[in-house]
Amino acid sequence: MSHRETDEHSGVETTGHEWDGIRELDNPLPRWWLYIFYGCIVIAAIYWVFMPSWPGVNSYAKGVLNQSDRVDVARQLDALQTQRGAEGAMLRSASLETIETDPKLQAYALAVGQSVFGDNCATCHGVGGTGSKGYANLRDDVWLWGGALEDIQHTIQVGVRSENPHARQSQMPAFGRDQILKPAQVDDLTEYVVALSRRPAKAAAVARAAPVFAEQCVACHGPQGKGNVTLGAPDLTDADWLYGSTQADIREQIWNGRGGVMPAWEGRFSPETIKALAVYVHANAGGQ
Amino acid sequence: MVLLYIFTGVGAFAALLAAAFTKDPLFQFHSYIFLVAFVLGAGVMTAGVAYGKFRSEPTRYADGVIRAGVIATMFWAVVAMLVGVVIAAQLSWPTIFYFPEAGWLNFGRLRPLHTSGVIFAFGGNALIATSFWVVQRTCRARLAGGVAPWFVFWGYQLFIVLAATGYLAGITQSKEYAEPEWYVDLWLTVVWVAYLLVFLGTIWKRKEPHIYVANWFYLAFIITVAILHLVNNMALPVSLLHHRSYSLYSGVQDALVQWWYGHNAVGFFLTAGFLGMMYYFVPKRAERPVYSYRLSIVHFWSLIFIYIWAGPHHLHYTALPQWTQTLGATFSIMLWMPSWGGMINGLMTLSGAWDKLRTDPVIRMMVVALAFYGMSTFEGPLMSLREVNALSHYTDWTIGHVHSGALGWVGFISFGAVYCMVPWLWKKDRIFSNTLIEWHFWIATTGILLYIAAMWVSGIMEGLMWREYTPQGFLANSFVETVAAKHVENIIRTIGGLMYLSGAVIMSYNLWRTVRMPGHEAQPQGLASLPALAAAA
Repeated sequence: MSHRETDEHSGVETTGHEWDGIRELDNPLPRWWLYIFYGCIVIAAIYWVFMPSWPGVNSYAKGVLNQSDRVDVARQLDALQTQRGAEGAMLRSASLETIETDPKLQAYALAVGQSVFGDNCATCHGVGGTGSKGYANLRDDVWLWGGALEDIQHTIQVGVRSENPHARQSQMPAFGRDQILKPAQVDDLTEYVVALSRRPAKAAAVARAAPVFAEQCVACHGPQGKGNVTLGAPDLTDADWLYGSTQADIREQIWNGRGGVMPAWEGRFSPETIKALAVYVHANAGGQ
Repeated sequence: MVLLYIFTGVGAFAALLAAAFTKDPLFQFHSYIFLVAFVLGAGVMTAGVAYGKFRSEPTRYADGVIRAGVIATMFWAVVAMLVGVVIAAQLSWPTIFYFPEAGWLNFGRLRPLHTSGVIFAFGGNALIATSFWVVQRTCRARLAGGVAPWFVFWGYQLFIVLAATGYLAGITQSKEYAEPEWYVDLWLTVVWVAYLLVFLGTIWKRKEPHIYVANWFYLAFIITVAILHLVNNMALPVSLLHHRSYSLYSGVQDALVQWWYGHNAVGFFLTAGFLGMMYYFVPKRAERPVYSYRLSIVHFWSLIFIYIWAGPHHLHYTALPQWTQTLGATFSIMLWMPSWGGMINGLMTLSGAWDKLRTDPVIRMMVVALAFYGMSTFEGPLMSLREVNALSHYTDWTIGHVHSGALGWVGFISFGAVYCMVPWLWKKDRIFSNTLIEWHFWIATTGILLYIAAMWVSGIMEGLMWREYTPQGFLANSFVETVAAKHVENIIRTIGGLMYLSGAVIMSYNLWRTVRMPGHEAQPQGLASLPALAAAA
């Protein structure tokens, strides 16, 4: 079976085996291949000498350089504190007003805020903070829960309708879905709200809805529909609409009484980070 | 035969009981799939016996199962690549390809369907089909085990269906490339052991004195994948009537076991297995002897020994102890040349046949496969260095690296092998259209280049953006900004993937036309008529 023969093209002997017409040449290992292979093994061995490598029973070879990722990270974090200077520490103790009036401290807080906002708040509020349908716009001067520094800070801490026990709570009833009002009454109420925002509406419907509004809506939105910040009830007379401004949008909101959830960030962010975020949001909006 | 009846009977009964008593709708759904499969299996066996289809012909090779394997390979290739194009489009145009009313079409469900579809459904079927062809021809023996090869084939398809429907339904144990839950894992174990026994049995009764190198690689692939599969999927089911299970490992141990598995799935499924394919089809097509027997021995054993250590490089800068990371990186460096041994042996086999590159697009495809194999096995050790990994990890660079291996190496070597086998299996003297193979080659190659180049650019860009700091030491970019920045690259990637898919569709058409061509019965496939035997006599 086994008969070595010489390949005509290369002049190299075969191994004499053949499988389904396939034969093998008896070429030696390519030198360059072998030397690079050895070189790689040497490089690996050198790496083992210098870096943490082979394990023993209770510990491992620490390596000549005695390098450690944990030590490196601790050192880099220290260096970061130094790089950030005194502002990092001052942020912890300073009041919100002090932060906003001290230009250096404010600049620092804005830098923190921008970084944190981008990866945590932008998901809902948008990279620029302009929000979208159902997510509040943070760049205007309309605030459901108050636009003062402390208000913003508190909202970030406890969230809105979140699981935090101190969360900002309010729930608009689903007047249509839960059959508190008849569909025709919801239609009339929609006209009323449209009229409140100084847009043309059917006068007869508005008149029919006036007593319903007084009975059902005034408690939160106020007799003039100006809203109430302590209850998170929006002003219905302005041009700012969380769930859309069209007649259909408004009707859907009366029907379903939607209310979004904002998570509480207390416990996830350090208090100074929340301070910085509040300053950042306040500075970028028409704050109050 | 009787055993198989008992097996399908017990299986069907168990599936029926599971479907009847479970309170878990997902588990019930999969129980019904099992039930249908077992009942169908028993029915087909009965029909087969009734019509005398199972008469074993020991003088002929078992090629029916390989024909089925080739069809399955091309079917799953098109399906899995199509899913890939869909998820690429979802990344490019997230508002257009977003289906909120159909949760099972979400990116998170489709992504594992794509990865497992390509690796296990397309790659796995290609490996099983070619290994059945190669082991018979190079051992001059019919596949062992009677109908067992058919059980392996259909059992494996059942595994694919269970895995795929599981992904869409949200059944997952959240392990990369090992998402299917415990009962699917158990089923695959049964199928895989049968596969191992068929392969070993065929080698056992070989009529050649030596075992050909391709079979070493196939065997290493089958055995190691079995071990990897068993160790990584050790888990306790919540109940025997519930799909959910919990891993026996926790925390960083779980991560290490997972990436020991994940890396060696690449090493033994996507490298060793397809090297086996290469070692048969390249010399066969080029009609040249393998370049170096010694190189094949040395690179086989060094590859097997070193690959198994390299997994920790997937966990650089994590909670994994640093010494383990060092070992993972250094073994990856040492892996470079053992990997390249296969490329050298493949490419040098063509010396004396380089002229065929001009006329034969199939040879060209296999050469390009070897080139991509060489490139990605150089890129791999490079990316395993901690300093490079710090930039590349979690970015699109990794996606590009994987696809230069998957599209370039795995895809092209499989396409090459299938182009070779189809005329042999269906007894035709050629493929229907050489021009269409040329089209396939050029469209797919351009697609790969677009894909990889886009992923390099976007990967390095997002890696740099992630590590960019402001003077005060704050991250300069939010994550969503880095996503927005690679919009164009994502589109180019989608186009590249679409081109690759088009190539596979062209190939399927070409193969279908080949099978439909008028017959060519001149080459009897009996054992005795083989050139090997004739030459040896």
